Amino acid sequence: MMEKNLVPAAESENPVCGAVLQEPAGERIPLIRTVGLTKEYGTKRAVSDLNLEIYSGEIFGLLGPNGAGKTTTTLMLLGLTEPSAGEAWIDGIDCTRDPIHVKKITGYMPDNVGFYGDMTGRENLRFTGRLNGLPGDLIERRCEELLERVGMTYAADQKTSTYSRGMRQRLGVADVLMKDPKVIIMDEPTLGIDPEGMRELMQLIQNLAKKDGRTILISSHQLYQIQQICDRVGLFVEGKLMACGRIDELAGQMQQEGYQVLEVAGLPDNDGLRTLLEHLGNVDAVEREGEYYLVRSRFDLRRELMRRFLSEGYTLTHLRQRGSDLDEIYRRYFERGGEEDGTDSHKGMRRS
Amino acid sequence: MAQTAIKECADPELAARANGLWALYQKEMADHIHSRRFLIVMALIALTSCASIYGATSQLADAVAADSDFIFLKLFTLSGSSIPSFASFIALLGPFVGLSLGFDAINSERSEGTLNRLVAQPIYRDSIINGKFLAGATIIVTMVFAMGCLVGAVGLLVTGILPDGEEIGRLFVFLVFTSVYICFWLALSILFSVVCRHSATSAMLGIGCWIFFALFMSMIVTILVGVLYPVQQMSTMGDLLNYYDLQLNLNRLSPYYLYSEAVSTIMDPTVRSTNIILPQQLSGAVSGYLSLGQSLLLVWPHMTGLLALVAVVFAISYICFMRSEIRSR
Repeated sequence: MMEKNLVPAAESENPVCGAVLQEPAGERIPLIRTVGLTKEYGTKRAVSDLNLEIYSGEIFGLLGPNGAGKTTTTLMLLGLTEPSAGEAWIDGIDCTRDPIHVKKITGYMPDNVGFYGDMTGRENLRFTGRLNGLPGDLIERRCEELLERVGMTYAADQKTSTYSRGMRQRLGVADVLMKDPKVIIMDEPTLGIDPEGMRELMQLIQNLAKKDGRTILISSHQLYQIQQICDRVGLFVEGKLMACGRIDELAGQMQQEGYQVLEVAGLPDNDGLRTLLEHLGNVDAVEREGEYYLVRSRFDLRRELMRRFLSEGYTLTHLRQRGSDLDEIYRRYFERGGEEDGTDSHKGMRRS
Repeated sequence: MAQTAIKECADPELAARANGLWALYQKEMADHIHSRRFLIVMALIALTSCASIYGATSQLADAVAADSDFIFLKLFTLSGSSIPSFASFIALLGPFVGLSLGFDAINSERSEGTLNRLVAQPIYRDSIINGKFLAGATIIVTMVFAMGCLVGAVGLLVTGILPDGEEIGRLFVFLVFTSVYICFWLALSILFSVVCRHSATSAMLGIGCWIFFALFMSMIVTILVGVLYPVQQMSTMGDLLNYYDLQLNLNRLSPYYLYSEAVSTIMDPTVRSTNIILPQQLSGAVSGYLSLGQSLLLVWPHMTGLLALVAVVFAISYICFMRSEIRSR
């Protein structure tokens, strides 16, 4: 039954269930849904009480630092790890009770995907096709198509042990697509790829959602790359989902709460400048980042800052209000998560 | 062919199970056959077979002069002046074959990051370990029977004596025993590959077990029995019997000993018992050969024991594998 739904959606080129269907939000049915999903390892809670809804045709970014529980979440979605509590569904199929069906419609690209080194790229794809029970002629056809699509035709008959990391990653995308999945889960897909490879990969992932109408869940800690292609993101810290929504929504939320960050640079760049910034009034923190100072505050300090610069004889060379990029949002949410826990976890984050 | 048969399978769940297992089995077989490691093992076994048969044929004339029955079987059990017999060669080197086929079965997949790609496919997780074991077992059975036939054929060419039905029967039982024995080592090495993260560790463990069972087990048993039944305090015949019984039974815990004992019984029709027999038990016995059926009865417990060992070891590795959490490398 699942197969019947699946095949035409992939064969057709037009976006059947594209990401931006512009339907009223209330009517959209989530394709991936988790309710109270929890995983405990001994006393440590890797994932706690996760409620997530990801809609059809969406690219969802699950963002968080290393060890935040992202991989554990993806493993639970695939039925590879049993949750301690809570439930997860993909396309209405229970991930814990019926993992075989889930894995039929879900492609998983693990972090640092590996292939059998003594087989060629094409043979590796063929093997995946066979594991999925596809008929022989379909396997050959798909191999050819997918190798072409990820731009690996030229290396298809080389052994995968000779592949570079970027090549392996692209073959990984082809490998995931062999089963023609409705849902694709990618774990750190952008790790260790050069900028050009990254751009191509991002393009590819975007096409999977926009052209083929597949739903994609990307887990990553590389905020910048992910923010370019994600429709929505979830910020994941220490097993908890701190925030979830579109990036501009999150930024808006941020501003409403009154968090302001100013990038400031001035001449002469001496200790006095720092003291000046620290004594502006209503300043939460002053940090040095590269050639700028970052001034954190809950108020708009720009006017006061200009005045003080003039009166103290400094030349203002740079002034910008931050807040709308993911890095900043992420940092804010993360710090708040740490405060709520009453731990000094944000120090650990900075170190990593 | 098998693919279509699977498709026709009525039960879809069974079909899915069979499909995954079949795909993995095929891949593992292809891997084994194409691997350089397999070729090296094959060459080693072929070489030792040739050496042992050379040794056997050189001694054959003397042996036949002493006892002219079952000449064909002597090809496998006779040892040359400095070369062990085929049977003892296999007892010693068989573990090596089993270990080399399985020591990196699971952990190499884990370290190369293919295992989590594999478990993300719609197959049952046990198909992975089942497929690996079945493929290894197939290779072992094929190899053992091929070697047996090769040695037989060479012997046939050299001696020109045709084996009779019973000899072929005994040879067949011998080869079945050998296959099960090597499968035990395969199962053991798969267990180590599940338990150990690195394939080097699991190979070392496997080799350790191999050397222990083949060389040290008998020494340790001798020491142990010596402690339990010291020679100084031995006063009755019963003590002596207990001493030997205990030694024998402890030794039989080793698959190496179990196999060697079974094989020497099955390949030599003059062996009437695997335990100690007293002279009075032998009185009135007509000297003659045991029939194949009677020899089989003697080694039946050995066969059961070896099969049980394989089953237990594989079951442990199966459980360990099914319970382990598979994350990225």
